[in-house]
Amino acid sequence: MKGLIAIIKRELAGYFITPVAYVFIVIFLAMSGVFTFNVGGYYERAQADLQPFFNFHPWMYLFLIPAISMRLWAEERRVGTIELLMTLPVSEWAIVAGKFIAAWLFAGIALALTVPMWITVNWLGDPDNGVIFASYIGSFLMAGAFLAIGACVSASTKSQVIAFVISVVICFLFLAAGMPAVTNFFSSWAPDIVIDTVTGFSFLTHFDAITNGVIDLRDLVFFVSLIVLALAANVVIIEMRKAA
Amino acid sequence: MTVMVQIKSLRKEFGPILAVDDVSFDVVRGEVLGFLGPNGAGKSTTMKMVTGFLAPTAGTAVVCGHDVKEEPIKAKAKIGYLPEGAPLYGDMTPEGLLKFIAEVRGIPRSKRKAAIELAAGRVQLEGVMRQPIETLSKGYKRRVGLAQAILHDPDVLILDEPTDGLDPNQKFEVRQLIHEMSGEKAIILSTHILEEVGAVCSRAIVISRGRIVADETPQDLETRSRHYNAVRVSVRGGAEKLVAELKRLERVSSVESLESANGVAECRVFPKPGASIVADVSQRLKDLNLQVDGLTVEPGRLDDVFRSLTKPSSQGGDA
Repeated sequence: MKGLIAIIKRELAGYFITPVAYVFIVIFLAMSGVFTFNVGGYYERAQADLQPFFNFHPWMYLFLIPAISMRLWAEERRVGTIELLMTLPVSEWAIVAGKFIAAWLFAGIALALTVPMWITVNWLGDPDNGVIFASYIGSFLMAGAFLAIGACVSASTKSQVIAFVISVVICFLFLAAGMPAVTNFFSSWAPDIVIDTVTGFSFLTHFDAITNGVIDLRDLVFFVSLIVLALAANVVIIEMRKAA
Repeated sequence: MTVMVQIKSLRKEFGPILAVDDVSFDVVRGEVLGFLGPNGAGKSTTMKMVTGFLAPTAGTAVVCGHDVKEEPIKAKAKIGYLPEGAPLYGDMTPEGLLKFIAEVRGIPRSKRKAAIELAAGRVQLEGVMRQPIETLSKGYKRRVGLAQAILHDPDVLILDEPTDGLDPNQKFEVRQLIHEMSGEKAIILSTHILEEVGAVCSRAIVISRGRIVADETPQDLETRSRHYNAVRVSVRGGAEKLVAELKRLERVSSVESLESANGVAECRVFPKPGASIVADVSQRLKDLNLQVDGLTVEPGRLDDVFRSLTKPSSQGGDA
């Protein structure tokens, strides 16, 4: 437990002693603004909600989250510090979880910095704050799922570029599973159960359900179990590399 | 004598390559074990298995009673490890890194500061504690690596090429540090600098192609050299008969004549194994009535022994 906390602290501090954190946060906030106000037509809609803001989160995360996760393990392996880390008296689980939690907290900090948008919408009108709160929870969980997948990919390579590209591809598959193009492709020939299974894996389906203001246990379970599964795979990859 | 590290039939395969082949030895408290061998012989791989970074294909290591396979966390807690090349988090400062290591290693909060100061002091890091590690010189980086290895005052120290790439002064300091700490710890260090073995180690293991080919004190290792107890002679005049006469001595195995200039002839006389020939040689020189310019007994040459132990032909050529 002590080891876990020490690792979380070191990893989280690591974002802020380099420009990584600041660059990421600035880009995240700028993109949020552009997507919400310009592309999303925030004013034109003349509705007091944050729907346009949250609608773009899955697509922003698709590129921004792998940019955080790509270095988690690949960089340690390239520089060799992984040898320092893995010979410390802590379990593999603590190291995997520590790295993930720190990255997730960092994503949470970036997300929390968009709260002024929430305040603005309250100032302009009378939004349903329950829906917005639920959407923030959903967005944070989705970020966690993207991160866990990215961390797992990063553990299997030395190259950050490869980690980034493969993470984007895998995350895109998880997003695309719920898009009409994919469901239409399946609906022409496959039985309903196949379509349901495929869309059931879609981040979009679960995220949209949450942003509609309904925190359904099934959507929570989906994201949480995906995170746990990806972290377990991460531990397995680390152990396999040790035995290689 | 407490056995601190037991290495039991360690074996490591990387796909079709056999990197470590049935290596076993014990290290006791107070011992400084030099691990020698050419590049790729399996030194680092063995150390990585003892420290728990790599899982052995077969066999195991026991550190202070804890099997690295069964109780890896307890075993790791007893070890201080300097990996090859001393990899460190470049964007951290030595202070930040040592704090992190102290925390992970569970040094109580009240003792952390003192432990960090002690370790940093031992390797003379005081002046650079707040500079990012990536801006430090190679010597300082190595010291940071050493400081994190000794921070928790471990019973077992494993140092993979601790002096590699350091200048002679820094090498001296690191050896001094190892020597100071050797009393209460078991230390394993790998090196391919042979003088280092004589300087700091109480025992030397030579490994070649994953197998132990020698395990003895550095002094004993020296006696394996054909140069051990060889006598170097230089004389004025009468050089022609010198070589022939010395060859006739009963305990001499061979004579090698070296360059001769300005009427001074030099040769090196090799004894038969185990024999001491200096008395015989000097008696013969006296009998021949030669004017002796120099007469020295040579020490063994470790590089000689190293080459003969690790050269491919002495291993049966299985590669």
